[in-house]
Amino acid sequence: MNNNLKTVDLSKTSVRKLNQTLHNLSAQTKHTHWRILEPRGAHAIACGLNLPVTVEIAGHAGYYCAGMNQLATVIIDGNTGVGVAENMMSGFVHVKGNASQSAGATGHGGLLVIDGDASARCGISMKGVDIVVKGSVGHMSAFMAQAGNLVVCGDAGDALGDSIYEARIFVRGKVKDLGSDCTEKEMRAEHLELLEKLFERAKIKLKPGEFRRYGSARQLYNFHVDHAAKY
Amino acid sequence: MSTEIKPGMRESASFDRNVINEIQRAAETGIYHIRGWGAKRHLPHFDDLVFLGASMSRYPLEGYRERCATDVHLGTRFAKKSIHLKIPITIAGMSFGALSAQAKEALGRGASETGTSTTSGDGGMTVEERHHSKTLVYQYLPSRYGMNPDDLRKADAIEIVLGQGAKPGGGGMLLGRKISDRVAAMRTLPKGIDQRSACRHPDWTGPDDLTIKIEELREITDWQKPIYVKVGASRTYYDTALAVKAGADVIVVDGMQGGTGATQDVFIEHVGIPTLPALRQAVEALQELGMHRKVQLIISGGIRSGADVAKALAMGADAVSIGTAALIALGCNSPKWQQEYEKLGTAAGFYDDYQDGKDPAGITTQDEELAARLDPVEGGRKLANYLRVLAMETQTIARACGKSHVLNLEPEDLVALTIEAAAMAKIPLAGTSWIPGVNGGL
Repeated sequence: MNNNLKTVDLSKTSVRKLNQTLHNLSAQTKHTHWRILEPRGAHAIACGLNLPVTVEIAGHAGYYCAGMNQLATVIIDGNTGVGVAENMMSGFVHVKGNASQSAGATGHGGLLVIDGDASARCGISMKGVDIVVKGSVGHMSAFMAQAGNLVVCGDAGDALGDSIYEARIFVRGKVKDLGSDCTEKEMRAEHLELLEKLFERAKIKLKPGEFRRYGSARQLYNFHVDHAAKY
Repeated sequence: MSTEIKPGMRESASFDRNVINEIQRAAETGIYHIRGWGAKRHLPHFDDLVFLGASMSRYPLEGYRERCATDVHLGTRFAKKSIHLKIPITIAGMSFGALSAQAKEALGRGASETGTSTTSGDGGMTVEERHHSKTLVYQYLPSRYGMNPDDLRKADAIEIVLGQGAKPGGGGMLLGRKISDRVAAMRTLPKGIDQRSACRHPDWTGPDDLTIKIEELREITDWQKPIYVKVGASRTYYDTALAVKAGADVIVVDGMQGGTGATQDVFIEHVGIPTLPALRQAVEALQELGMHRKVQLIISGGIRSGADVAKALAMGADAVSIGTAALIALGCNSPKWQQEYEKLGTAAGFYDDYQDGKDPAGITTQDEELAARLDPVEGGRKLANYLRVLAMETQTIARACGKSHVLNLEPEDLVALTIEAAAMAKIPLAGTSWIPGVNGGL
């Protein structure tokens, strides 16, 4: 029996009370492991956490689950709504099902792993987060992505990496279409090594050599009239 | 060089010298005209309204003797910690990047000295800004540059920005020449590239999503902070109603006279509606929902004087916000820099090339040498002086209308000087009871 485990049933407790309880934890807390029952698709579960605690959600979560996460580990044993782990700063968020739109949007750091598929705009405007999607991603994923790594083990939809800056995209399957200023790039040794480490953190066994790398062609970094047709 | 216009020389109204210059500039460069500032064309504005003042049936208050309060509470709807300002004049969001660190510090100093708030901007919160701003509103923008939960918790309020008056629906840009090492690092982008700020939020669209987004921000900050929602003036009636429905504590409406750091001229002059009708629409929406004064309204876009402040409050705003006027108070477009403006091909009173980063006054620049010209302490003092003048002017008018609090000013105190202003503000034309579109003829 884990004495550090606390259980909260969201059919009996509000999200507000749960989040306040988690926010009130001190750095010395003994309650480092939380299990959330009956989430029933509620929004904003476990958002704004800033301690290295583990929160397991037993079921589907709504919008912005684990939003702006810092240090915490949040595991969702189900699907998630829009913006899971949006703007996460650090820590680990693991979706065992599928994720809706804008998963990991604007994330600055940490690791987001999605076992299933992620819908449109996965990793939009990402700023340093690492995202590993074991399934496929929808259209406009990594749109205006600034930094970090998006790894797609399945396929990618339309306009992948549109207007991308310095983020890296790795895709194992098919890419339907690349967005403006996104181009395929050489997989060098450093990228294979980077993927190796990411797979280790995400606990997946795949060969980095099976992936192709995409990134910015850097042709649109400064506006020039000759490029107007590409915008 | 000015041209002497002699008899027989007739300038075209459609193709005047400015239009000719723009056509030829476009033909030379192949790129649209990007500039700062707000709309420069003549628009119906607060100048087209006047106060009636006291009369036989209205008793004035004694100037400088009888009390006329100016304080305002913002964010009283849901937030645990609402904001109490000493004057109903706030400083609008302007980014570090668009402005120098010295300018941001000066804005914080001036606002704090007079008991009002400043607002961050695209690019995140700087240490100087937080340190020198007693009350700081932290903007939550589509780009999310520099956004992080620590700064969110340090803020006194959060402003979700959907748009601004100079460019509703337009996002933003910060040209590469203004991207210093510090600006680049704060925005997680390479130095020197043209930085595009997205026009849509990356993880929500529409009012239903906004409701959930507001809930998330409240959860992250434990329902402590007031949540503002800022819109550029366009479909203001509906935007206000939807923002209220989504759970906003405060609505910020920015009219098309509102300034920008860098936007296409065609956007500034041709998209959005003036402050005057936008304010009236926002107030109507709040009144129809029974939320007027419960959800506070801040109006911005072309506020210059205490008369403008008083008229905005009389029409139903709870506070105003200033941006361009605050920069002018710091020294933007000062004749002191005339020679340097001339080197840039312009003159004091005309300078609007904020996008270039060559501001002689050291305000809209990231050039260290230029920025050092602005003393934040002196700038803060000038801004504080200006804010006090605005507040005193507002009080002067309020007392003349017999009000013991500036928020007691009301539409009944106003009349319009033009039919356009009467129609847009729904204020009767002076000397008549006629409000075009509301009641019958003269």
